Amino acid sequence: MAELVDGDKAALDRDFEELYKSHLRDVYSYSYYRVGNHHDAEDLTEQTFLQAYRHFERAQRESQGRPLRPWLIRIAHNLAANYYRDRSRKPQTQLEDAAVVSEPHPTDELVEQREELEEVLTGVANLPDDRREALIMRFALDMDNREIARALGRTEGATKVLIHRAIRQLEESLKAEEPA
Amino acid sequence: MSDVERFDVERLLRSALVPVEPPVSLVDRLERRLTEKVDIAAEELADWELGAMRDPRNWGRTAAAGMVLAAAGGTLVLVRARQQHKKRQAGALKALEHSIEDVSSDIRKRLGR
Repeated sequence: MAELVDGDKAALDRDFEELYKSHLRDVYSYSYYRVGNHHDAEDLTEQTFLQAYRHFERAQRESQGRPLRPWLIRIAHNLAANYYRDRSRKPQTQLEDAAVVSEPHPTDELVEQREELEEVLTGVANLPDDRREALIMRFALDMDNREIARALGRTEGATKVLIHRAIRQLEESLKAEEPA
Repeated sequence: MSDVERFDVERLLRSALVPVEPPVSLVDRLERRLTEKVDIAAEELADWELGAMRDPRNWGRTAAAGMVLAAAGGTLVLVRARQQHKKRQAGALKALEHSIEDVSSDIRKRLGR
């Protein structure tokens, strides 16, 4: 720390604050869909930013100007992996607080829509880890292939294939759920 | 898989995987912890400073580190702005910065700079 001059340190902290403000929702959304409940998603988000703060200087230096969102999500990804390993938990997906419909007296149409989305979330939760994560990054965080590739440590080509296969597998599982 | 089917699955995914807003309690807690980390870093530096002051070989480094401490005390400004109760601590930190600056100034005079 003593190697930093005051201007560098102030600029670094301003940059971190910008990163925090820009991507708090991304990290929280990713965490929520990974662990499936708000309590653990909060812990995961908190730990992600605390760890990011610790390593921010080096990450910024090595990023060569590229966006740091994939790096941030990768931290959350690693922490989530530890979360499952340490607690022997499986991901769970709850719809209630996350998305869509919260009408006190839902209409039939809303009930149907809600059920449909619950099926999708269940299907996502049952995908292999890498496919599930890729879909969360693509659809909840609106990350492009390049960003997802960096977050997952894969090539862009491999990421494109991963997402394609994830969607296809999900589609097949949804079709299997449909009544004959 | 047809394009229509693919489109439908993607549409469903977009509807299901909506971004989730973090709760206010998390925002407050996280910002408090990040601010504390900055303060702790500054305090650790100050502790090192005061210890190092006893050794004349460190006087040069002390003056430089005092500048870093001043910077650390001013970090995460917007985060701090949300935390009114932190203002009192910031005031105490400022007093510490001033005392370090005074000492640094004294060192510079002694060294004839």
